[in-house]
Formats: sequence, structure tokens, C-alpha cells
Amino acid sequence: MSGKRIAFRNALLLDPATDLEVRGGLLVENGRIADVGSRLFNDAEPADPEVIDCKGLVLAPGLIDMRVFTGEPGSEHRETLESASRAAAAGGVTTIVVMPNTDPVIDEPSLVDFIHRRAAATASVRVVPMAALTRHLAGETMTEIGLLTEAGAVAFTDGDRTIANARVLRRALAYASTFGALVVGHAEDPDLSAGASMTEGEYAMRLGIAAAPTAAEAIIVERDIRLVELTGARYHFGQISCRASLDAVAAAKQRGLPITCSVSAHHLALNELDVGSYRTFMKVKPPLRSEADRAAMVEGVASGIVDVIVSSHDPQAADTKRQPFAQAAFGAVGLETLLPIALTLHHEGRASLLHVLKALTASPARILNLNGGRLAKGAPADLVLFDPDVPFVVDPAELHSRARNTPFEGRKFQGRARMTFVGGECVFDRGKEKKS
Amino acid sequence: MTSAGTAILRTSHLLGIEALSLDEIVSLLDLADTYVALNRAAEKKTALLKGRTLINLFLEASTRTQSSFELAGKRLGADVLNMSVRTSSVAKGETLLDTAATLNAMRPDILVVRHPDSGAAELLARKLDCSVINAGDGAHEHPTQALLDALTIRRRRGSFEGLTVAICGDVLHSRVARSNIHLLAKLGARVRLIAPRTLLPADAERFGVEIFTDMREGLAGVDIVMMLRLQLERMAGAFVPSTREYFRFYGLDREKLAFARPGALVMHPGPMNRGVEIDSAVADDIAVSLIQEQVEMGVAMRMAVLDALARGLAQGGRNR
Repeated sequence: MSGKRIAFRNALLLDPATDLEVRGGLLVENGRIADVGSRLFNDAEPADPEVIDCKGLVLAPGLIDMRVFTGEPGSEHRETLESASRAAAAGGVTTIVVMPNTDPVIDEPSLVDFIHRRAAATASVRVVPMAALTRHLAGETMTEIGLLTEAGAVAFTDGDRTIANARVLRRALAYASTFGALVVGHAEDPDLSAGASMTEGEYAMRLGIAAAPTAAEAIIVERDIRLVELTGARYHFGQISCRASLDAVAAAKQRGLPITCSVSAHHLALNELDVGSYRTFMKVKPPLRSEADRAAMVEGVASGIVDVIVSSHDPQAADTKRQPFAQAAFGAVGLETLLPIALTLHHEGRASLLHVLKALTASPARILNLNGGRLAKGAPADLVLFDPDVPFVVDPAELHSRARNTPFEGRKFQGRARMTFVGGECVFDRGKEKKS
Repeated sequence: MTSAGTAILRTSHLLGIEALSLDEIVSLLDLADTYVALNRAAEKKTALLKGRTLINLFLEASTRTQSSFELAGKRLGADVLNMSVRTSSVAKGETLLDTAATLNAMRPDILVVRHPDSGAAELLARKLDCSVINAGDGAHEHPTQALLDALTIRRRRGSFEGLTVAICGDVLHSRVARSNIHLLAKLGARVRLIAPRTLLPADAERFGVEIFTDMREGLAGVDIVMMLRLQLERMAGAFVPSTREYFRFYGLDREKLAFARPGALVMHPGPMNRGVEIDSAVADDIAVSLIQEQVEMGVAMRMAVLDALARGLAQGGRNR
């Protein structure tokens, strides 16, 4: 990490971990935050060689995205750790938590090590791997949760696969609880959702697209809550997307169970009607839901029942999306639209800026036991400088991801990253981007 | 009647530890001490059970326990018949009760039974006229193993008062663990269970024991470490992900043993999986390992049990 000093002055400091919201400055030394506060660098121009005048823009902890799929190893044509990290940096994301759904599956300590080494060699942001919960993601036998934890896996998940067998999941949760390991689940009943591309309802009916009901999600949410109650494991729903799931999670939290959940940014911003005329970039897992369910997700973030907003960044090559809707691949890129979508909640008056940022920084850091996600002395200098109000239009050609399957082409947002720092190093500066 | 001793057991069977009183247990241990001496003498044989028939019915593979009972019976002068899974008609589809009726007709005095199902020994005890010794029924009890473990500990440490014993490993499926939990509690020792959550019964604390899932924490201050065998079929991912992970976190090696009280002793009912639940460096260290001693105590303990049951036969047995 950088040994040099960087002084940020004239910033709006926002730190959800400490409820800090104040104009002031921040000093970086040796890749870590050396000082932060309202008086810092207020009066005199500091003597440090590098001074960044933030001009009143927001300086916040870099975002932690808890749900990122890449194609490395195995399908690097979709995305590498390097290309994903560039997209992350451009989105203000300083830590990406990568899913084990690769080829080979990350279900072995040596493969966790592989991700770490590849990330260290190629990626510009921090890369934190989750390991598979079951071998080969087959939902049958648990992985070496203890050894994988020692290797550096932060959590255990079968990614976008639901473990159908409740006995397998019960044992995996019980075993994970032995090590205090976090299990991240995907809630879509595999039988009820088999062959489905949309959420069940009038619109899917009119399009003639096979659909799965929201109950396919809620059934698994309720089942998994029961199993957490039985085993005491720490459990996180990788995504919820409907009112029924939100209510179930709220009740579970009320009962004091160690359960948390995320929502994908696209489930906050889009509903089933956005599928429009069979637009395959709108095909995601779980599917875009009704407007009522979308509104419930916004409400969930605002109330805090939904802990985290994730991108569910899932890069797909053009050939797998240029297909009839039913045959097209699931997934949407999202690293560069995560912050803008989250800021929408602030602009619409649904939640404070600090509250929105919490779901992108302090909350994922707490759930994953990560060191960052806060503006504290000694914390890693992972920072994002952003203008929360600057308007822009999403242009897929400007995206940094290797894949361009964004469902937000042409959509207008307000607010995006201006500069991004990881360990005190500037990894993204929009002012230096070439205009395409 | 050949036995001259006074009655030790209140019942004509030994089906488990749970129902035994402290007096019965201590008397059995005292009697076993005398057989340890006998077994170490040049002339190891007595005529105590002369004329008696002992049937070893082992419906689950076992070498150690079966040969231990066989030797115990022979040293006491009994005629011993071994029936195993392969030689019994159970393999041909006969029900347990039909087997029992057949055996009963042979008029044995004592039946030693091992069965993969919990409660099988008790079922046989109800149906047969002879004394029944449970040599392991499913995940329920294995009373003679617990007794021989207690005998081994008592001869080393003198007393159970103030001792802390950790039972480590596959408690969920272990009859040895259940019998030892009952026995050690009755004798006044403190018992801890150490295992991953998948190998602990859901309500294990209801046994009145302390539960740990971390070996280092669980072994702190422990006097006796009892390792349990991890059955091969449990290693393949259903309960623990792999043998290497199991060894890393639950295998007893010098590093983990160092967390126990200095001078702590190590036990294992056998057969051991080296490099799975126990490291050879610990298992073969005669300064800490009681594993060979357990085998020796096993024969003496079973002689004491046979002796005690024979005393009952003399008074109330129906197969005279």
C-alpha cells in the first residue's frame, strides 16, 4: 500500500458506522486513515504534497458489494477479476465479494487461495471470496468450512442455487455454526421455479412466458428461518425480492434470530413491466417482481429490515442474451449502477443519505466481519468521493465491465462516483476518463 | 452352583449404565480389580463358570469386544459359542425374536449381544430366560466399555472426585459416549463433550454435561481425554466434510493435547483411525495413552460382569 500522505479537505464526511455527517477533512497515511474530523485542514492549506479539495462533495467509506459474479476462473470472456475490479472502482465499490459459482467451483482451500493470488496480481479493488457451501454446488455434501475459513473465505454460499434438501442444509448450518461461519442462501424453490423466466402474474401470462410465483421464494425463506432457529447458524439471504420474504425476515429478526438479508439494486429500481417486449437484459434471478413487491423492497431498506443493497453483478456475454427470452441467460451487470440506484432512495425522500450508505458500507462490513466500511482512524483508506446530485444517463458504452448487459441503458440517475481510493491509492478518477 | 460370592447386581441382566446404582458400579469395579491380578498371573483360569454356556451374539462386526468377552468367559471356565453376522441366520432374513427363540432352546446361561439397533438387547432380555449382557446396542449403551474405562481411570487416578473428563468426537452416534456420560456422572466426575455441532445430539446439555465445539476451549483443564471413533460412513460429507478437516479441528494431536491439564491421560475405545480422530504421536505415547491398558482392563471387567451375573443365576436363574 501507498506510503504517502493524502489530505482530503472541504469534504462532506459521511460515515454510517459512527453516524458522522459533517464538513471536514481526512488524512491518509500508509494506506490507512490517519485522522478524520470537522476541524481537519479547515483553515490552512496543509503542507502535504497531495491535497485533494473535495469542493463539498461527499467523502464516504468505499462501498462493499456483497454479491458479485465474475467469470474467473472458467469463463473469462464474461468477466475477469481485473475487469470486474475496474467496474467496481468506477462504481465507487472498493470491496467486491465474489461468488463461488465459477469453473472450477470455489469449494477447495487451494481455490480460495487462487482467487486471493489472482486478485492481488490483477485487481484494483479488494476481492473477498465466498466459498461454496456444498461441493460442486451440488447441494449434497458440505464443503470444508473450517479449512476454507482459514484460507480466507468470508462466507459460504451456493450462490444462485438453493439447497433443495433440508437435511443437507440443516447439517451444513449446524456445522457452520461450529465455526461461527456465515451462510448465505439463495431463496428460490428449485421445483417451483424450474423453467420459469419471470414472476408469475398477469404480465408473464400476456407474454406467454413460463413464470414462478413469489411463493417459490417465500417458501424457502420460511424454511431456512426454521432451520436457523434449529441450528443457531448465522444466516444471510443473498437476495430477497418480495413482500412475503420481507415480512418473514422481519418476524425472524423480531424473534432475535441471527438472520440478515440483502436486496439487489435492480429489485429496487425495476419491476416486471420493465421486461417490456421480451428484453432479455431484464431477465434476472429471482425475476423482477410486481410494483407492490418493488415498493416493499424500498420500504425494507428504509426500515432497516433489509440490511444490505447489493449489485448482484452478473456479467453475461452478448450471445447468451441475444436469445428468445426463455432461453436467454439470467443476470445483469450492476457494479456501476449500484450507488446511483441506492441514491434514488435518498432523492425520493425514502431514506437519509447516511441510511442509504449504511446498507452499502457499515452493514456489509459488520455482517462479513470486514475491517473496512468506516471512516475511522486506523481503518483502511478505502474511500469514495461522490457528487450525490450530478445527473447522468447510463450509457453501456461507458461501462468498465467486460460485459454490457445493463438493464439501465438510457436511464437517468442522479449521483455517481467521482474518485475511488483503495488503501489510499486512487483507483478511479472520472476526471481522467476518456470520453467515448 | 459354582460362585461363592455375594450378590452384586439387583437384576439378572446388564443392559446399560443408566439403571445401575453407585453401589453396583463400585462393587463391579472392586471385583474387576481381583481379575486384573488373576489375568497377570501365570495360571489365568478358574472354574467359576464351569458348566455354564455363554453365547456371544454379534450382529454387528466387532473383533475387540467379542474376543474380550470370549476370553473372559473361557478364563472363568464357561463354554463359549460365538455367533456373528455371517454365521447367524439373521443374514438369511430371520427376525431377531425368531433368533432369540432358537437361542433360548439351546439353554444358554448368559447371552452377550451386540446389535446395530438401540433397544435390541432389552428386547432379547424380555424374551430369553438367560442373563443378557448388552455389548453395544445402536447409539444407546455399551455398559462394559464404560465400566472398563472407569476401571482404567480409577486404577490410574484413584478417585473420580474433582476429575474433569472430556469426551470428544462423534457423540451423536456413540453408545460409548452415552454409557460413559452416565457412569462418570454417577462416580462424581465432571463431563465435557467436544464435537462439531453435527456430531452432538440436539439436546446434549440435558445429559448434565458441558458442551464445547472448540477443542482448545474444551480441553482446557481436562484430566482425561476420551476420544471417540469416527465411523467411516460419517466422514464422507454428511456430518463432517472430510477427514483432513476433521483431523485439523478435532483430531487429538500434541498441539491440542497441550491445552489439557499437564499429565492428562488419553483414552480411545478402539479401533483407532490414526490421522482422523487421533495422531499416532499421541496414541503411541505410553506416558499419556491408556489405550492398551483399556484393552487389558476390558477382559478383567468382563470377567467381573460375568461373575456378578452368574451369582444371580445361582439364586434365580431358570436355566440351571
